[in-house]
This record gives sequence, C-alpha cells and structure tokens, in this order.
Amino acid sequence: MIGLPHYLTVAAILFTIGVFGIFVNRKNIIVILMSIELILLAVNINLVAFSAFLHDVTGQIFAMFVLTVAAAEAAVGLAILVTFFRNRGDIAVDDASMMKG
Amino acid sequence: MALQAIAFYLLATVTVGAALLVVSAKNPVHSVLFLITAFFSAAGLFVLLGAEFLAMLLIVVYVGAVAVLFLFVVMMLDVDFAALRQGFAQYLPIGALIAGVLTIEMIMVAVSVATKGAASKNATPQTFTDAVSNTETIGRVLYTDYVYFFQASGLVLLVAMIGAIVLTLRHKPGVKRQDIAAQVARNEKTGMRIVQIKSGSALDQEGLSE
Repeated sequence: MIGLPHYLTVAAILFTIGVFGIFVNRKNIIVILMSIELILLAVNINLVAFSAFLHDVTGQIFAMFVLTVAAAEAAVGLAILVTFFRNRGDIAVDDASMMKG
Repeated sequence: MALQAIAFYLLATVTVGAALLVVSAKNPVHSVLFLITAFFSAAGLFVLLGAEFLAMLLIVVYVGAVAVLFLFVVMMLDVDFAALRQGFAQYLPIGALIAGVLTIEMIMVAVSVATKGAASKNATPQTFTDAVSNTETIGRVLYTDYVYFFQASGLVLLVAMIGAIVLTLRHKPGVKRQDIAAQVARNEKTGMRIVQIKSGSALDQEGLSE
C-alpha cells in the first residue's frame, strides 16, 4: 500500500539530489539552475502529496504558485546568464567578480 | 492496488534516476533531456495522487516552456563545458556526505510527520469523481479564496517577462530603424531642399552628396 511516507521519501531524495548538484557543479551555472528546478519539483511533490492525503486542495494551489515562481525564476536566470555570456564570453561563475561583491 | 504500487515504484525510480543523471551528465544538453524525463515521471506521480490538473500543468509549463528555454540557451551559448566540470571529483565526496546526511534527516522527519500528524488520518489520497473533478475543485478554491494570490502570480510573471526582455534586448549601433515620430513630423521644409544648379557643373560639386 503506497502511503504518504513513500511520496515524501521520493521528494526528500529529489531535494537532496538538487542540493548535491549545486555542490558538485559549482562552475556550471546552467546545471545549477536545473538543480534549483529539481529542488522546486521536490517541494511541489511534497505539497501535492500532503494536499492529497489531507483531502484539502489548498496544497495543490500552492504548488501552482511555486510553479509560477519557478518559471519566472528560470526566465530571469537564463536572461542574466545570456547577458553574462555576452559580456564575458564565458559562464564560469566561480570567478564572476565584476561587482566586487 | 498492486498495479498502483508497481506504477509508483516505476515512476519514483525513473524520477530519482533521471534527477541523478541531470546533475552528473557530462553534456548539458543531456542534462536538459534528463530533466524533461524527471518532470514527465513526476507528472505521473501527480496523477497517482489524483492531482491530474497539476500533472498536465507540469508537462505544459515545464516540458513545453522551461525545458525548451533551457535547451535553447544551452545550444545557443558556445561554451567549453569540459572546463566547467573541473572540480567535480574534488567536491564529490563532501557533496555526497552532505547529501546523505540531509536525505536521512529529511526522510526521518517526513516519515514521522506522515505517520503521526494530521495527514495520517487518511490512508488513501483524495479521489475525485466526474461530477466534481480535480480541476473544478481547484478552480472553485483558486478563484475565490486565493484570487488575490492568483493576481499576484500574474504580476510576478509580467515582471519576469519585462525583466528578461530588458536584460537581453540590445540595440546594435548603425542599424537603421523606423522612427515613427520623426517620419510623421517630416514636412516639405525638412524633407526637401531646393538648390540652384549652375549650368555646366556636376551635381556633387554643389554639396548635394552628403
């Protein structure tokens, strides 16, 4: 019988894979953005699983808002990436120090 | 029920395996394709949970828009991806250690919440009928209780769209463009010049060539 813990376990593993991806691909910002998408997908699975097992549809509405923000984040992130590539000719983020931050 | 369990384990395995390949693939184009696989099988998990509307939304928004956007950017940028993988082996042990600890902690918390909390009262996910479908239920709540949040998410998308356009739009110098105001404001004084040509002299000596 597949219950709530099964779905939460899948979401937890997916979340940590996203964190792991950010750790090991520190230079490649494209893979970092994809790892963030994986993390948000894990959050969505959590929200939908709790929504389904609490018999309350509110969690699915919040998952929709997370989806909206994820799409906006991907669009702006990739736009910044393209601008960065035009200025530098490279996308290595570990030596992105133009702003002296 | 057994069929449901088989479907769950299949979809969960594919989701996790594809996610692992997203972060470890050598070629970022392959990463994007594995990301699409992960989203497809996560949509299958949503269907198993009875959230059909969100499953379709995931496929339309992620596979149809976000993943294709990633694919465009990866293929458009001419980057040496092998150089970007430097340090992968160096960060692998510490990353795996932190990921392992985080996984164990999160699974322990999640399982205890799922077996002791309010969500443990229902053994099965919410089922929807044809009379009151999942989409209709979402619509009834979204357009009443959460209508301001819905409007705000529209604003978020508008701001993101304007931001992406402003960041990537550039005007190359030397490209002739339409200037509607200047074109409409032309009259015979600004658009026409009358010159007296002396007989026997060439036109370009009168300063007509600009």
